[in-house]
Amino acid sequence: MSQPVTPATEDARKGDVVAATKDKGWFYSDVVKEHFFHPRNFMEDESAYADAAMGMVGSPACGDAMKVWIMVDPATERITDLKWKTFGCGSAIASTSMMSVMATENGGMTMDDARKMRPQDIMERLGGLPARKIHCSVLGDKALRAAINDWYRKAGKTDKVEVEQGRVIDKVLNVTDHDIEEAVLDGADTLLKVQAKTKVGTGDPSCIPEVENLIRFYKEKYFGA
Amino acid sequence: MKPIYLDHAATTPLDPRVLEAMRPFFSETFANPSSFHTPGLRAKEAVAAARQSIAKHLNGREDEIIFTSGGTESDNLAVVGVVRALKTKGKHVVTSSIEHHAVLEPLLHLKKTGEIDLTILPVDKYGLVSVADLVAALRPDTVLVSIMYANNEIGTIEPIADIGRAILKWRKDNVTHFPYFHTDACQAAGVLDMDVEKLHVDLLTLNASKMYGPKGIGVLFVRRAVKIETLIRGGGQEKNIRSGTENVPGIVGLATALDLSQAEKDVENARLTRLRDRLIAGLLAIPKTRLNGHPTERLPNNVNISFIDIEGEAAVLYLDAEGIYTSTGSACASTSLDPSHVILATGLSYEAAHGSLRFTLGRSTTPEDVERVIAVMPGVVEKLRHMSPVNLDMKYFN
Repeated sequence: MSQPVTPATEDARKGDVVAATKDKGWFYSDVVKEHFFHPRNFMEDESAYADAAMGMVGSPACGDAMKVWIMVDPATERITDLKWKTFGCGSAIASTSMMSVMATENGGMTMDDARKMRPQDIMERLGGLPARKIHCSVLGDKALRAAINDWYRKAGKTDKVEVEQGRVIDKVLNVTDHDIEEAVLDGADTLLKVQAKTKVGTGDPSCIPEVENLIRFYKEKYFGA
Repeated sequence: MKPIYLDHAATTPLDPRVLEAMRPFFSETFANPSSFHTPGLRAKEAVAAARQSIAKHLNGREDEIIFTSGGTESDNLAVVGVVRALKTKGKHVVTSSIEHHAVLEPLLHLKKTGEIDLTILPVDKYGLVSVADLVAALRPDTVLVSIMYANNEIGTIEPIADIGRAILKWRKDNVTHFPYFHTDACQAAGVLDMDVEKLHVDLLTLNASKMYGPKGIGVLFVRRAVKIETLIRGGGQEKNIRSGTENVPGIVGLATALDLSQAEKDVENARLTRLRDRLIAGLLAIPKTRLNGHPTERLPNNVNISFIDIEGEAAVLYLDAEGIYTSTGSACASTSLDPSHVILATGLSYEAAHGSLRFTLGRSTTPEDVERVIAVMPGVVEKLRHMSPVNLDMKYFN
C-alpha cells in the first residue's frame, strides 16, 4: 500500500516542533498525528509470526519499549514484511509506524540498507518531532536492527550478527542495559546478584531504581516472573 | 460533541462574575494606587477592600496579606525570603518529596549554593507526610518547614493542622520562635478551610488561577512578626516585601474568586466528590488499573489513575481526539525524561508512573461528562494495550 511521503522541511531537519508554530493546534505534525491515530503494520496476531525474526528494545520503566517482527526473502535478503508493537508516547508509536513503512516500501529494504536507517531519517519522514522526543522515543531503528540480528542468528549466519552498544545506565562505570540483560540471563535475579556481576550502581547510585526496574523487566521478558 | 475539560488542577476558566468585578479596573479605575489624586485613591480603596476580604477568609489581618504575581512567586518569596532573613538563626529546612516545583526548585537551589541544609521527607503510599517523621527531622537550627496543603497531581490532602500544632509544641518545648511553617495552598484555596489559626501556619501561598480567578496574581500570607527578606526591590509596595505597582484588576479578581469559591464550597465539594467517586469507580473497572493518591483524604476534584502497560501521553492524545482534555504526570508531557516525582515518591514503579493519567473536575463538569469519559476510556486503553508489547504482572502495582 502506498504511503504519503512528506518532504523534509528545514524545521524538520532542525528537529523542532513544526505543527505547533503553524497554528494547527496540535503538538505534533500532521504526519505524526496520522501515524499515531492510524498506525501502519502493527502486530494484530502474533501466532502467525511465531517463526519470524524478532527484536525488542527499551523497557516500560524507561517509558518506551518496542518489539519488531520481520519476514525476509532469503535470496535477496530484502524485508518482505514487518510488524511491530510499541509502548510509549505519541511520537514513539508514530515513529515505529513510519519505520515499518520505510522498511517495507518499494519492494522492501535490504537488511544491509535497513541497518543504516537512523532516527533522523524516520524523523524527517514524520515532518519533524519535538527535539526532546527524538532520543527517548525514536527506537524503531534499534528494534529493527535487533530483529535483523535475530534473523541472521536464526539463519545460521552468525558472522553477519552485529553487536550494538547498549544504553549506558551507570554513567560512572559505563554499565549498559545489555550488561544487566546478560546478568539476568545468567541467573542474577536480584539487585545484589546483578551488582555482584556488573557492579552497576556502585559508581552512580542514582541509577539503582532504574536498574531494579530493568531487572524486573528482563525477568518478566525471559522467565515470565 | 461538547468538549470536556478535565484539567482544572492545571488552571480554571475565569468565572464571568469575577470578570465583571475586574472589568472597571482596566480602563476606568486604572490609576496607580500609590498616586495622590482621586483616581489613585479609588484604586487604593479597591486594593484595601480586596485585602480586607482575603484576610477575613484566612482569619488573618490585612497587613499579613502580600500580593504577588502568582503561586510560584509566593512560594519563592516564602522559602528564599525566610531562609535569607534567618541566616543568623540557622540553615536547616524541612520539606516533602511531593512539593510543587515552585517550592522544591528554590530549595534545591539554596542547597546547591550552600545556603541551607535540606531534609526532604518521604511520603507513604498515599502521598501523606508523617507528622512524627517531620517532628523527628526538626533540629535546633531548623528555620523553615514547608509542606503543601493538597497535592496538585494526586490530590492528597496533607494533615496541615496536625503538623502546625506539632511545630507549635516543638517551638514551645525548645523555647524558640523557629521553625516557621509555610504551606502551599494553591490547590486547596477554593476548596478547603483556609483559617490560618486552625492550620497553625506562619506563611501560606495561594493564587487565583486555580479557583476561577485570573492568572498572574497570588497571595503570600505572612504572619505578623515573621521575618522575611524581599526578593523584588523597588518602590516599596506591599510593606517593602514585594515592590511593583499593584495589579489592581488581578487583586480584585483574586478577592472575588476566593469569596465565591469559599461561599459555594460546601455544595460544590459535595457535588464534585460524588462525581469524583463515580469516575474513580468507573475507571477502576478497567482491568489493570490503580488509583494514585489517598482514597478519601483527597481533593474533591482529583482523579489520578495508572493504566498499566500503556504510556500516559498516548492516552492523553487519544482522549484529546475525543474532545476530552486531561493530563499526565508522565515524562513525555514535561521537559524532564523522568515520570512524575510525586507518583514515584509514593513508591510506585516507573512502569506504573508512566501510565498515570490525571482527570481534574470542575464547576463545568456534569454527570454526563463523567459517564462519557467512563464510556470512552476502555476503548482507548484497549487500543493502546493492543499496540503495546508489554504485559506486566499486576502484583507489582498493588
